[in-house]
Amino acid sequence: MNLFANIFGRLTPEAFQHDMVVMGGVIGMTVSGIVIIGLLTYFKRWKWLYREWLTSVDPKKIGVMYIVVALVMLLRGLSDAAMMRAQQALNTHGFLNSDHFQQIFSAHGTIMIFFVAMGLMFGLINLIVPLQIGARDVAFPFMNATSFWLFAAGAMLINTSLAIGEFSAAGWLAYPPLSELSFSPGVGIDYWIWGLQIAGIGSLLSGINFTTTILKMRAAGMTLMKMPLFVWSVLNSMILVIFAFPILTATLGMLSLDRLLGMHFFTSEMGGNPMMYVNLIWAWGHPEVYILILPAFGVFSEVVATFSRKRLFGYTSMVVALAAITFLSFTVWLHHFFTMGAGANVNAFFGVMTMIIAVPTGVKIFNWLATMYRGRIVLATPMLWFLGFIVTFTIGGVAGVLMAVPAIDFQVHNSLFLVAHFHTMIVGGVVFGYFAGLNYWFPKIFGFKLNERLGRYAFWCWFVGFLLAFVPLYILGLMGATRRLDHYDPSLGWQGLFIVAAVGIAVILAGVGFQILQLFFSVKDRKKNLDATGDPWNGRTLEWAVSSPPPFYNFASLPEVRDRDAFWDMKKHKKDFPDVKYESIRLPKNTPLPLIIASLVFAVGFAIVWYIWWLAIIAGLSALICLIYRLNNDETEYSIPAAKIAKLEQEHTA
Amino acid sequence: MKKYKLLLIILLIATVLTLAVIYLKNHEVAVLAPKGHIAAREKSLLIFASLLSLIVVIPVFVMTFLIVYKYRDHKKAKYSPELDNNRLVETIWWGVPIILITILSVVTWRSSHELDPFRPIQAQTKPMTIQVVALDWKWLFIYPEQKIATVNYVQFPEDTPIDFEITADAPMNSFWIPQLGGQMYAMSGMSTHLNLMADETGEYRGSSANISGKGFAGMNFMAKSTSEAEFNKWIKSADKSPSLNMDSYDALAKPSENNPVAYYRLAQNDLYNQVVAKYMPYHGHGAEE
Repeated sequence: MNLFANIFGRLTPEAFQHDMVVMGGVIGMTVSGIVIIGLLTYFKRWKWLYREWLTSVDPKKIGVMYIVVALVMLLRGLSDAAMMRAQQALNTHGFLNSDHFQQIFSAHGTIMIFFVAMGLMFGLINLIVPLQIGARDVAFPFMNATSFWLFAAGAMLINTSLAIGEFSAAGWLAYPPLSELSFSPGVGIDYWIWGLQIAGIGSLLSGINFTTTILKMRAAGMTLMKMPLFVWSVLNSMILVIFAFPILTATLGMLSLDRLLGMHFFTSEMGGNPMMYVNLIWAWGHPEVYILILPAFGVFSEVVATFSRKRLFGYTSMVVALAAITFLSFTVWLHHFFTMGAGANVNAFFGVMTMIIAVPTGVKIFNWLATMYRGRIVLATPMLWFLGFIVTFTIGGVAGVLMAVPAIDFQVHNSLFLVAHFHTMIVGGVVFGYFAGLNYWFPKIFGFKLNERLGRYAFWCWFVGFLLAFVPLYILGLMGATRRLDHYDPSLGWQGLFIVAAVGIAVILAGVGFQILQLFFSVKDRKKNLDATGDPWNGRTLEWAVSSPPPFYNFASLPEVRDRDAFWDMKKHKKDFPDVKYESIRLPKNTPLPLIIASLVFAVGFAIVWYIWWLAIIAGLSALICLIYRLNNDETEYSIPAAKIAKLEQEHTA
Repeated sequence: MKKYKLLLIILLIATVLTLAVIYLKNHEVAVLAPKGHIAAREKSLLIFASLLSLIVVIPVFVMTFLIVYKYRDHKKAKYSPELDNNRLVETIWWGVPIILITILSVVTWRSSHELDPFRPIQAQTKPMTIQVVALDWKWLFIYPEQKIATVNYVQFPEDTPIDFEITADAPMNSFWIPQLGGQMYAMSGMSTHLNLMADETGEYRGSSANISGKGFAGMNFMAKSTSEAEFNKWIKSADKSPSLNMDSYDALAKPSENNPVAYYRLAQNDLYNQVVAKYMPYHGHGAEE
């Protein structure tokens, strides 16, 4: 028995036993895994997968992989959401027990924020930022691939918890003392900690990478105030990542020291202070929501200008507003817990700071509207997502300002009103923004457009479903319904509204169905929707200056920028931009090391969750050795001669 | 076909709105139906701030609709592709929100102090203290002056300021009686205050608003406001209940779900302080509560 514990830690056969609902999920996951492996083998695509994707350091490939992982995780997060809504609409004890229900909402929040929203964001950033600034790559390509694989490893660890053991049941932020060993002795919290810890380090590395890329690798002539607004928004977001994510890492680190080594950072006893955790996690958590929303603002700025065929209105205002939001986002974290009793002065200060954010945000909305004014508005799918966003984001913004008043917050805090508010911001803002971005940039990445009709259907389902799912929650919150209830007293009369909300999520799921169909039919009819020009929307920024999909070196000759709308300027003044001579290009070689390092880090995470110390030590050391090996390797790049570039370019344009 | 589509949409929206109105007519929206001094002021604040933000929301919605309608591609509207700034309008839309937020900030500052949950309520009647302990997964109410204690039920006289002193002997929770007013965290080793006052007699639902483990959804209680006489009668009726001292408290504090209402005679006067002090790092230091 002792030997068994030495080898497997606290991993016992019981960890594989689950109830019907979970078993269904596990079987589903396993079957789809087998199907994918089968298809790859049948079509003899293993080598292709390894060479073209798994070992790639090309940000365009990495971006696509981010988005694939994020969309898979979106399906999981949505099924969690559907189960919660079903439970509350039925309101019987039979469907899910309280522990399982609590695991589901904890997983839903964690997955949607860390692995869906963050994944879509980093995916779009990887795809577009280098192209928009006229660069061939990011500043640290190896680190970039490592970031992605750490993100994927974190996602895998979270999914593993479904099959082996259990997930956290303490909410998506796992407040102590509930998340301490004394109240949550199982592996759930540890899965949560290590899944986030691994993905979080990947995010921090990406933050450093893209800040450097944007500051150092812009095309000649692209001064800061000539950068496209998407790049500005990403720069602000990545600066937030650099400042915020270390706080998350440290906080999770302290919580795991409490749990593993019996320390007392956040316990109730022995001088530990759980409220310090709440402060720290929100010192990361509030900037985090701006990390997610700022790039979505950036997407909308590009979309509105392109589809209004007009220059973006109030560029300087927009940049100032972004910077203001970035700064203010670090001064408001306490509004997440006015109810802690910090005192009137403290609460009022943080309340006022929170409201101030409404000013730059409002300015952005007005500037977008002014961009459409006297434009030639094309209501393509990305534009629909934008208009939907204006509606939802304004509603959510008002709810946010209300909750910024501490005395009002006391009445809605931790109620479904709060849940409705942040979903309005994150679904109606972040998700709509990234969907707009996916529809907008899809032809650039894959060389053909997405089906517009199915895209419109998907939008309308999401939009109507969203209103049906969340307007009832605002009302329920005001009726006194708190969040995270696995059951409630039927005499309260809440069930009707919960049923409406459940219908809402069904409509959203129909929207997802249309998105899957959209993807399917777009691939099927790709010949019809081919984008031969590289500029399907009559774009304004540099990413549209290259072919679709772009060559692996992005730009055969690096562009020179004279105007904010650099490509628009090139199209209008063609003769000012004579053909340039090709020169040889240096690019990084593919490497399997990021994948190997992340797999080892995954093993470390899994081993710590289950107290398998030998594995943690071996895997950790191996990851370190891989890293040292890489750092000593000076031959990481290769050169493409100018003649070959010329040949490739001829093939492209022919 | 297009006409029918529009008609159908209008009909659908009308149906939804009618159903919503019927629903709200038949159900009580607790936060908007206050029965207490604090909740009433919080509600008027909510409505004031909502109306204030309409000054921005309505123009945004109207402008969005008008602009999109007028400048859709196929219209022969004016097109100014180079128009990208205008000092006057930008000043307006920085300025107006700044003014609105300034107004709201002043209101926020004042209301944060006036409606500070720690601040005692000024009234003619003598205030009363009720101590609240969040346990796994039930609420314990201690009446230090009346020498009784209850589980998942709290009763008090109307028009009397109640000072709820709140702590936890379990993971953090949040104490909320929507119709009487705002919410306060219950935290171990700390004692917070929530000052409330019921304006009329009645039964109000109270709940736990912060997840504290698997039984938390069943952690509800009834808050009953009665006349002074009825309250005194109720206190007397609890006289024959079992006594609550540190030993019986420890038994009660063990995790349990969906607890029924229970009454106790308070046999240990400093029970609440002892529960708070349990988590203090150094006994006697900072434990003035």
